Amino acid sequence: MFYREAGDFSTTYREDSQTFPIKFDRYRYYAVLLIAFAIIPFLLNDYWVNAIFLPFLIYSIAAIGLNILTGYCGQVSLGTGGFMAVGAYATYKLMTAFPEVSMVVHILLAGGITAFVGVLFGLPSLRIKGFYLAVATLAAQFFLVWLFNRVPWFYNYSASGQINSPERTLFGIPITGANTEPWAVYLFCLVFVTLSAIIARNLTRGAMGRKWMAIRDMDIAAEIIGVNPLTAKLSAFAISSFFVGVSGALFFSVYLGAVEVGEVFGINKSFLVLFMIIIGGLGSIFGSFAGAAFLVLLPVLLKNVLVTGLGWPTDLAAHLEFMIVGFLIIVFLIVEPHGIAQLWRVAKEKLRLWPFPH
Amino acid sequence: MPDQLIYAMEVFFNGLMAGVLYALVALGFVLIYKASGIFNYAQGVMALFAAMTLVGVMEGQVPFAHLINAVLGTKVHHFGWHLPAFVGIITTVIVMVILAWLVQRIIFKHLVGQEPIILFMATIGLAYFMEGLGDMMWGSEIKKLDVGLPQGINLWIDETTYNIFDYGFFIDNLDIVATIIAVTLVASLVIFAQYTKEGRAMRAVADDHQAALSVGVSLNFIWIMVWSVAGFVALVAGIMWGTKSGVQFSLSLIALKALPVLMLGGFTSIPGAIVGGLIIGVGEKLFEFLIGPLIGGATENWFAYVLALLLLVFRPQGLFGEKIIERV
Repeated sequence: MFYREAGDFSTTYREDSQTFPIKFDRYRYYAVLLIAFAIIPFLLNDYWVNAIFLPFLIYSIAAIGLNILTGYCGQVSLGTGGFMAVGAYATYKLMTAFPEVSMVVHILLAGGITAFVGVLFGLPSLRIKGFYLAVATLAAQFFLVWLFNRVPWFYNYSASGQINSPERTLFGIPITGANTEPWAVYLFCLVFVTLSAIIARNLTRGAMGRKWMAIRDMDIAAEIIGVNPLTAKLSAFAISSFFVGVSGALFFSVYLGAVEVGEVFGINKSFLVLFMIIIGGLGSIFGSFAGAAFLVLLPVLLKNVLVTGLGWPTDLAAHLEFMIVGFLIIVFLIVEPHGIAQLWRVAKEKLRLWPFPH
Repeated sequence: MPDQLIYAMEVFFNGLMAGVLYALVALGFVLIYKASGIFNYAQGVMALFAAMTLVGVMEGQVPFAHLINAVLGTKVHHFGWHLPAFVGIITTVIVMVILAWLVQRIIFKHLVGQEPIILFMATIGLAYFMEGLGDMMWGSEIKKLDVGLPQGINLWIDETTYNIFDYGFFIDNLDIVATIIAVTLVASLVIFAQYTKEGRAMRAVADDHQAALSVGVSLNFIWIMVWSVAGFVALVAGIMWGTKSGVQFSLSLIALKALPVLMLGGFTSIPGAIVGGLIIGVGEKLFEFLIGPLIGGATENWFAYVLALLLLVFRPQGLFGEKIIERV
């Protein structure tokens, strides 16, 4: 009844080409931002931030990054965990080498370093395609994890082989280390997430995004109509890795605080982020959020229902989680390859006509 | 002869043996890929699942014991029997065939004609599902698998080489048996594919689905058959690796070892899988032996991938793969 474009006239080009052309959508978007920035920080406690909000926000950035590469440019990558590790270790090295520089700069620089590494491992994509490439990105995954595990320079020769994030402040408020406030870390990550989403959204609906999608749909045809595969593919790798690197940096410095690379950034992390974008929706920014939310909430929900509610042992709940995730991946691929985002789109189409479907 | 060279030779032989096992896993991939165009990431988990089922059946474990106990509050664990190995193997083969039928029926029937990369992601989902299912059915603790294969150092080789080089080579009996079994299996698969009716139908399907359909080959049957054969290959691989290092989660990671073998040899070639397996087995062991100590060790995790990656840049279809031709 309220969700329709009737009576919503665009009188300038600017208005016509904005991200949310329908008034209701736009207000909803502002409302979500308002709630996220102005209301949620007052309601948070440690449990909610650590169990749900921080992982959700940080995985969203990673999912946006991978979605650019896989969903928009069609290059399946199984190296996300490795690239997140690059972001994490780059932040660590920068944090310990330049303690007086702001964290924001460190995290952005870490993203930049990851982008460079991503381009390096993206080079084979010019020659190989499909799952040859997917398997080739596993090389990045294994090599990078090995590198951070075995070369002591990366973890500053610490005895445990771990990296620990020292305390850093922003505007006098601690955002890393042991003495952080829930609302501070939440807002810090939220700013990064919001900016990433806005940048990604605008990149993907601009000229660059169109080139990526042309490559995804058929790279030879794209080449013939004048898309340069070299720049299109490598820019997708660079920008995707940038976001993944930022998320890895936040994951280490703000969320976990201490990281052992093989455990945290192993191949399962790559699959987790890939599953997020499959379930959420390939080629959709909203889908990245939906998928991240889904796969962050699912284990929490299962744990609460099965372990706390029914008294099952935890390992059984973990096995069931594996089964459910695998099952859902298959169901989504069969029934709705565009994921939750497509369900959302269908719902919106229905709403537009409701309550008079004709 | 200098010592280093003798050690290197020992490493070389051990690498060769490991390579045969990689080839065995890679073979499972090639079979499914050739016949259905599905790149089956779940092959490693299938090996784990097969080995778990084998142990479970032989030890008389109650399937889903943990789940039953958690839901009903009972305390069932074992049926209380111990079956001989061959009964266990036959039961497991039956289970793998049923699994193949289910996989075909429930999943891939609905994904016919999808892009290969979608199918690939579906098999990743399948791998996750089966990992959870296996753990839930049989429990996730490390299990010992013993089907009566010989194990331990081969004394004859030890003595012979000692007489020649003054240094006894350490070669595990299990590796020798595994090599013999793998070679037999590969040979019989090749004969199966070349000389039997079903094998010919399988090759026809691999060549062209439409054409095979039009001459009366049942795609459904061939796919179930191929998944069953792959399940059998997974069982053999599972027995070998399970006997060697126990039935545990890391068994499923042999799939990750087999992927670079495939890329090296080419996805579509059975000889490629074998040669690729040998190259990677020998290459990674020698690399670890010669270069590993200089750069921190444990290079086996990535050496195979980097080698395959470098090769792919020059030969995108692998050593023996069919040339990739693309049309708009």
